[in-house]
Amino acid sequence: MNLITIRDLSVRLGGNPVLSHVDLSVDTAEIVTIVGPNGSGKSTLLRAIIGAQKPTGGQITRAAGLRVGYVPQKLHIDPTLPITVERFLNLPHRVSRATWRAALDQAGAGDLAGRPMAGLSGGQFQRVLLARALMNDPQLLILDEATQGLDQPGSAAFYRQIETLRRDLGCAVLMVSHELHVVMAASDRVICLNGHVCCHGTPEHVAQAEEYRALFGTGTQGALALYRHDHNHSHDHGTCEDHSHEAAE
Amino acid sequence: MTFLDDFLIRSALAGLGVALSAAPLGCFVVWRRMAYFGDATAHAAILGVALALVFDTSVFGGVLAVSLLMATTVTALSGRAHTMDTLLGVMAHSAIAFGLVAVSLLQGVRIDLMAYLFGDILAVSRGDLAVIWGGAGMVIGLLVWRWQALLTATLSPDLAHAAGINPRREQYVLTIALALVVAVAIKVVGVLLIAAMLIIPAAAARPFARTPERMAGIAAGIGALSVLAGLRLSFQFDTPTGPTIVCVAAVLFALISAGAALKGQTAG
Repeated sequence: MNLITIRDLSVRLGGNPVLSHVDLSVDTAEIVTIVGPNGSGKSTLLRAIIGAQKPTGGQITRAAGLRVGYVPQKLHIDPTLPITVERFLNLPHRVSRATWRAALDQAGAGDLAGRPMAGLSGGQFQRVLLARALMNDPQLLILDEATQGLDQPGSAAFYRQIETLRRDLGCAVLMVSHELHVVMAASDRVICLNGHVCCHGTPEHVAQAEEYRALFGTGTQGALALYRHDHNHSHDHGTCEDHSHEAAE
Repeated sequence: MTFLDDFLIRSALAGLGVALSAAPLGCFVVWRRMAYFGDATAHAAILGVALALVFDTSVFGGVLAVSLLMATTVTALSGRAHTMDTLLGVMAHSAIAFGLVAVSLLQGVRIDLMAYLFGDILAVSRGDLAVIWGGAGMVIGLLVWRWQALLTATLSPDLAHAAGINPRREQYVLTIALALVVAVAIKVVGVLLIAAMLIIPAAAARPFARTPERMAGIAAGIGALSVLAGLRLSFQFDTPTGPTIVCVAAVLFALISAGAALKGQTAG
């Protein structure tokens, strides 16, 4: 079942086309990653999906009653605004103690409830944002460069958490990332975006695609193979699978 | 004969009305970095005074209309222009300049300009008191009603969108509240010092607070304390009341900030 279907989406910002003729769909419980260079419209696409950006053309269809959890890019909280993690999780609606406790535990941030948001490290902050997105028991989790500013072990741990969540909660994940090597391996499908959809498919398929190589070069290949080595689950490979990766494992 | 016959009690009640509504709104002004926005709206009020005299309507109505116009204009522009800081500077100061010129052009009307620039709290009538508390009640009601949505939109417009809240709408809620506070406070502290009643208590409350609600509550307390102490001191030393209230708030802010800094040093 498609949770979200995008047909022929176009967005113009200040007269400039940012996205043109984008088609995209996200299925139940799949992890879809959007990659693309700076200014390729990745964040704009996510913002259009959550309703923060009005499309200039095309349409976005959500499944009826779809529950979406959204993790924004690093959030800036003005230092003059005092707010604890607990209070932050109670926005925009007050929720029961059990609800926010469970969400914090799921996000791996169970011990942070009483801490001021301003005193959290980058990784802790992202986990709190993740906890917030989990509170309405989402069917679709949307993450916008959620690991910006984290070091490599930190972001790898974060993405492992996402995979665990997908397994435990059965939610679909749509995310944007810069960290090609980590994200490519953790995704079911990858969409390479540069104002339009350049190519899409399984990570192996996209990594081989000419359009992808033109944007990112071939340097990420080795890292992809290395990363896959750490994972003991198997992906359903597409038809364009390159078996040389398996050899590296 | 009631206790409202005493002008000091009327002044105190007027000041408290302004303090209790301005302080929580001031927290949003501080959190959202809208200090200049408050200035521009307040300064436009003097133009409202001139227009009210020309059209022979109530000063409250004139001030409210012009402040609302100014605040919505600035809010509408803030979505587009990137040079907000400059734009607000231009609007804040030209609003007061045009207002002063307009007042001087009024034929046959003699008004006490100082009373509008710095307030005239001791001359508050029973009617003024009703207007002040009516307006203050509306501001407090508006903030309580929209509190959760306002906080969410302040933290992140995108988070608000994702939760089905329109941050633009919340911005307009603040805009209306701001215009109301300006219209209510002009009699008490005057257009030049309204922004001070918004910002200083909120800033002074920050070191004590761990949650937004606590900060708003403490800010209201500091605002109320400043009003009462300011009234008392201005009576004792025969100083202008509006500025004396702001002085008390500023001294409280300085003491609290110094205390917080010292505590931070010893703790660190």
